[in-house]
Amino acid sequence: MEQFIQQLVNGISLGSIYALIALGYTMVYGIVKLINFAHGDVFMVGAFIGFYSITILDLGFFPALLIAMTACAIFGVLIERIAYKPLRNATRIAALITAIGVSLFIEYGTIYIRGAQPEAYPNNIIPLKSLDLFGVKISSQSVLILAVSLFLMILLQFIVHKTKIGKAMRAVSHDMDAAKLMGINVNNTISATFAIGSALAGAAGVIFGMYYTKIEPLMGIIPGLKAFVAAVLGGIGIIPGAMAGGLLLGVIESLVSAAGFSLWRDGVAFVVLILILIFRPAGLFGKNVREKV
Amino acid sequence: MLKINDINVYYGVIHALKGVSLEINQGEIVTLIGANGAGKSTLLKTISGLLKPKTGEILFENEHVAGKVAQSIVKRGISHVPEGRRVFANMSVEENLELGAYLRKDKKGIKEDFEKVYQLFPRLLERKKQLSGTLSGGEQQMLAMGRALMARPRLLILDEPSMGLAPLLVKTIFRIIEEINQSGTTILLVEQNANMALSIADRAYVIETGKIVASGTSAELSQSDQIRNAYLGGH
Repeated sequence: MEQFIQQLVNGISLGSIYALIALGYTMVYGIVKLINFAHGDVFMVGAFIGFYSITILDLGFFPALLIAMTACAIFGVLIERIAYKPLRNATRIAALITAIGVSLFIEYGTIYIRGAQPEAYPNNIIPLKSLDLFGVKISSQSVLILAVSLFLMILLQFIVHKTKIGKAMRAVSHDMDAAKLMGINVNNTISATFAIGSALAGAAGVIFGMYYTKIEPLMGIIPGLKAFVAAVLGGIGIIPGAMAGGLLLGVIESLVSAAGFSLWRDGVAFVVLILILIFRPAGLFGKNVREKV
Repeated sequence: MLKINDINVYYGVIHALKGVSLEINQGEIVTLIGANGAGKSTLLKTISGLLKPKTGEILFENEHVAGKVAQSIVKRGISHVPEGRRVFANMSVEENLELGAYLRKDKKGIKEDFEKVYQLFPRLLERKKQLSGTLSGGEQQMLAMGRALMARPRLLILDEPSMGLAPLLVKTIFRIIEEINQSGTTILLVEQNANMALSIADRAYVIETGKIVASGTSAELSQSDQIRNAYLGGH
């Protein structure tokens, strides 16, 4: 039982990282109907910026997190403006192929700039303590990850539902032309969406580095794909869906590992994707929408 | 107030508007009549900045606005209620109205306009917190109109407000259009229901395959045999 709860906690920590990345996928898909395959690499860039902020600038966890988020937000907007905006009226497949190209460009651009060697996050950024909760040991890191993720998700919900830019984002994602008729600047709204999504990925990168220690230029691929699975699992384009999908996927993975099948861990995520696509293609939170003719 | 001179609009290679000219004076209700595919919605979208004319000019209050982005057109005082209402179904009635006032900063004025809209459409007040996707067609039309009014337009463009509505509701909507006009808003109305449109309009234009083929006061056009046969189910 203790073991089970312990794994559950691990799963939730991992899941909240997936959820943070999945949010960016789902928000961008919601507004421009593009699966931004470069999103996992923004996560990687965030991890490195956090790492350099801590090691070179000698900053603490929170300032590093803030710097990584800000830098990734700018980076995300640049990617959108340079690579995707010119293709807004092109076919979806053209944009998708471009996204894969951007992803490879960032990965190998990073290797070109700093080499392929991995780095280890310093493990003294936050005090390592074990909290004892009803006989279950929970590391202070898990608690911090969960707290930061939860805070960011609540902040996102607030932005999307209560602020002007959030309302503009929802309007544009629902009906771009109608949004234009309200006087909404669609280009700026799309940029804001990329900025917010990328900032969350940057935060996930720093958290990931702190939790798993090792970071390297290709680290974004697998978490990126899994976050994509999480977004589809929850229903692509639906923000609460991405949160739930991420957490669920993290817990499933941890439980599979705990059951002794840790080599199957990565496979299970994609089995989940296949199952959801067969049985509930709109995702857990999605409604089936018939294509209108 | 609005003056359109000889505009040409293309969809790719299709020549959708061929040298269209039209004029709307302050305080009028002007209606644009035409069959499906004649170019009515294209003309409206060009005025509101969703489409750009290839040639020709559009003057709103003596300023050139052809080819300007939709945002700057709304700012100048033209609101467009699109065909099929296009309310933001995933948002509440109240949020839809807020978005109508997106470009405005005068909190007090916005509050006043909320009250005005709720007065004009009491149904919207009852359903303030409801998701607009769950409203009936008539209520969605009211919401789309209310949303446009929240921008405090001087020219209100209405594209097929009666589409798909029960006859009684159509009457209500038209009465409200007249009310909006009487409170000082100029109106450009596109309608399939030409009888209804002519009954409230001061003047009318008839558009066929991208060209204006007739224009005049509503009374004149109602009398014309040609118009009666083609658009009024003439007897």
